[in-house]
Amino acid sequence: MFPNRAAVEGVGEAMELAEVKGRSLWADARTRFFRNRAAVVSLIMLMLVAGFALFGGAFAEYENDFVDFSLIGSNAYKGVPSVETGHYFGTDSNGRDLFARTVQGTGISLMVGVVGALVAVIVGTLYGATAGYYGGRVDGLMMRIVDVLMSIPFMFVLILMLVIFGRSIFMLFLGIGLISWLDMARIARGQTLTIKNKEFVEVAVATGVHPVKIILRHIVPNLLGIVIVYATLLVPNMIIFESFISFLGLGVQEPATSLGALINEGSRTMQFGYYWQIAYPLFFFVVTIFAFFFVGDGLRDALDPKDR
Amino acid sequence: MSLLEIEDLRVTFTTADGDVNAVNGLCLNIDKGETLAIVGESGSGKSQTAFAAMGLLAKNGRATGQARFDGQDLLAMNTRQLNKIRSKDMAMIFQDPMTSLNPYLRVSDQMAEVLMLHQGLGKSAAVTEAVRMLDAVRIPDARARVTMFPHEFSGGMRQRIMIAMSLLCQPRLLIADEPTTALDVTVQAQIMQLLGDIRQEFGTAIILITHDLGIVAGFCDRTLVMYGGQIMEEGPTDDIFADPSHPYTSGLLKAVPRLDQATEELATIAGEPPDMSRLPAGCPFSPRCAQVLDNCRTERPSLDVTPDRRRACHLPVQEVA
Amino acid sequence: MEPLLSVRNLSVTFDVRKPGSWPWTPPRKLHAVSEVSFDLQPGECLGIVGESGSGKSTLARAVVGTIPSSDGNIMFEGHDLANMYPKQRRVHRRDVQMIFQDPLAALNPRMTVGEIIAEPLVTHEPGTPRAEVKKRVRELMERVGLLPNLINRYPHEFSGGQCQRIGIARALILKPKLIICDEPVSALDVSVQAQVINLLMELQRDMGLSMIFIAHDLSVVKHISDRTLVLYLGRVMETAESEKLTTRPEHPYSQALIASVPIPDPVLERARPRPILEGELPSPLSPPSGCVFRTRCPKAQTSCAEVKPMLEDIGGNHLVACPFHEAEEVLAVNG
Repeated sequence: MFPNRAAVEGVGEAMELAEVKGRSLWADARTRFFRNRAAVVSLIMLMLVAGFALFGGAFAEYENDFVDFSLIGSNAYKGVPSVETGHYFGTDSNGRDLFARTVQGTGISLMVGVVGALVAVIVGTLYGATAGYYGGRVDGLMMRIVDVLMSIPFMFVLILMLVIFGRSIFMLFLGIGLISWLDMARIARGQTLTIKNKEFVEVAVATGVHPVKIILRHIVPNLLGIVIVYATLLVPNMIIFESFISFLGLGVQEPATSLGALINEGSRTMQFGYYWQIAYPLFFFVVTIFAFFFVGDGLRDALDPKDR
Repeated sequence: MSLLEIEDLRVTFTTADGDVNAVNGLCLNIDKGETLAIVGESGSGKSQTAFAAMGLLAKNGRATGQARFDGQDLLAMNTRQLNKIRSKDMAMIFQDPMTSLNPYLRVSDQMAEVLMLHQGLGKSAAVTEAVRMLDAVRIPDARARVTMFPHEFSGGMRQRIMIAMSLLCQPRLLIADEPTTALDVTVQAQIMQLLGDIRQEFGTAIILITHDLGIVAGFCDRTLVMYGGQIMEEGPTDDIFADPSHPYTSGLLKAVPRLDQATEELATIAGEPPDMSRLPAGCPFSPRCAQVLDNCRTERPSLDVTPDRRRACHLPVQEVA
Repeated sequence: MEPLLSVRNLSVTFDVRKPGSWPWTPPRKLHAVSEVSFDLQPGECLGIVGESGSGKSTLARAVVGTIPSSDGNIMFEGHDLANMYPKQRRVHRRDVQMIFQDPLAALNPRMTVGEIIAEPLVTHEPGTPRAEVKKRVRELMERVGLLPNLINRYPHEFSGGQCQRIGIARALILKPKLIICDEPVSALDVSVQAQVINLLMELQRDMGLSMIFIAHDLSVVKHISDRTLVLYLGRVMETAESEKLTTRPEHPYSQALIASVPIPDPVLERARPRPILEGELPSPLSPPSGCVFRTRCPKAQTSCAEVKPMLEDIGGNHLVACPFHEAEEVLAVNG
């Protein structure tokens, strides 16, 4: 690098040099992330789980709501996992193919997690960044709204909603979406307060850049590191949350299912030796949650190298 | 015998991007009661030299060579032996006093702790001694303020507390790493005067690490100029300033605007401070040197020693501009 | 000649709330800047010196318009900043640009150098074709001593000095009339400082810029500025031509400040008289009555606590806020 003027003029042909591509902080973070073995393995696991949820249905021999009447009453020895019968994971107590049901349940659980995290990232980040950036009364008002929403016992409200309006995936997503962004808004606001005092924001203000643009170009990109980390940690929380609701029997409606609902069913028959009915859903549940935690950890290390 | 004698000191940091040589074969010595300035820019290795001598290198750092304090090699010591020397014979003060003051402890407790540990004083005797020390560094109303927490003091006062703490066991050597960089000029003048008084009163030898040529001029007997982890030149402060024998020193002296002189345009040193992980093969200063010779780029100049000066430069002394 | 910038009796106060106080308890007032007046001619460079807490950065931000003033006027080309129409305010934002102390913090780490430098241009001339924007950015990068082919790099890939050059390029892209530099070199290495100072002086001369140069380092301020203003606790102590101020300061504070600045010359340093100022800056929440400097002033008298000294013109555009002012040679000049 030739920073001084004399040197620049000295290399006149430097003008003709190809433009150098810079390494953005994202690229740096990516390199750091891929150095983290546990995180990479977890990422691969997650992709496998997602692949299972997306394409596993193609390998299933039965529909997830098909009741195999031939097995009724003899579940204990005929419903065991076997390649011959085509029930790879066995059947549930109603004689439905557990493989197909696990595929579907994993899909729903992942979707719940991802939708929750997406709502959190989009709504929470923008809400928090706006509150933090404007500060003063706007901030006070916006954050008090969050406080009020947070003080509502959401579990009860959600259960009430599900009881009153009936159980549906839509209600579930709505409920999860409503809560998930609150914490994110607080985190984003806190970060914004520090970023907003950085000089580059001040420059933008002094230059007359529109506030919306400042939030979108200067503040949000600098929040994203923390937001992404928090979002990856939020996904498993959302999955666990949904599982809990389903465990209570208020989650998705039959014949649709989720990992939580499957575990709930499996736990009831566990004592009769139908171990597979809990083992398979639980396996996918645990793998998914663990993988998300490790990926989140890896992302945090990659995006905030200072904190290590 | 010199108080501290450093010979062929090398400090290497292992990082994800390869090894970084922060100090490359540094030699220096300081006598009892002497003041030595180590001058250099960021990345010159001036602070790492001090950290290595104090055994305070970061975890990924490694020091080789010798650093003899009173004849004992500091680099060969284990932590327990080092602790003993660090508390009693050598002390260090930093640019940001808050890094070495515990924000949750009262100043009296922190200072008394040191004395109780190393001099076996009782609590009340230790506090009395602490107050005496705070008085010595001219903290007004020390008796009342000794029970305050570090954050209740201003920046200049905190630096005084740091100095008082470092003097508790009356060390023979005080290493001051940019002690006034974070302070205002008027406070800087106070602190420098205080350090001068301490030297006279206790006969403490002081190594002043700084980038500011101005405070060196008024304070130090000898000056050592570092660049890229190596010595550029060393000598009595008066001589170095009046008659620099290295293009880097002379460039540095011309690059600072002076209050007492009117300069039309400042002379500049081209380029930027070096990237320590990619030092040039020859003299580290060669890429920026205005008087660079052909062999400067390939051959590292050796340290020429004359009775009171040392320099590392291929260019003959009389030709240095 | 009409001054480009004319500041009259400018005061900036901040509301400071005690932590844990009720929302309706009246906040305490922090007087960051009090009754500051000065003029800036086109093409002139005004230096502002003061210790930390003297309000120099606040003053700069008030002039830029990012901090509202609580009293007084800031007139830019004859228009009062406080009651400008939105359109005029936009023009003002174009014409006044700022350069900051921490070069890296002043650049958005997620944007490329090209995007950073172009931002003011894209904001104020949204219709400019991309190729034109890029051309101007490259020209400017070259002008400030950066290789234009580094346009797609990110700030963290540059050294401090280079980052400061990026900041300077961004400030210049709209061809402003006034540049405000807030400690632009104090975070840089000594050898790089000189490069940036020379660049700033050269740009100022070539582009006919007016400049406000804020620093705590009096030697740098004296080198770069035509006139210097000494601030203490938000108030102007003295203002004069830089040369005159450093050689024959009148105000006791200026004298103490100059005496505290070390000079890189061992012989001179030892010979200098050292009237060292005792104590530290009082809290701006409860400034001393009368003259704010009296608590540390070696010449303080009882009357200083009662009367607020006014800025008094002692001839030759030299203003001093001290009734007991007296020229003193603090430096032996040999330049």
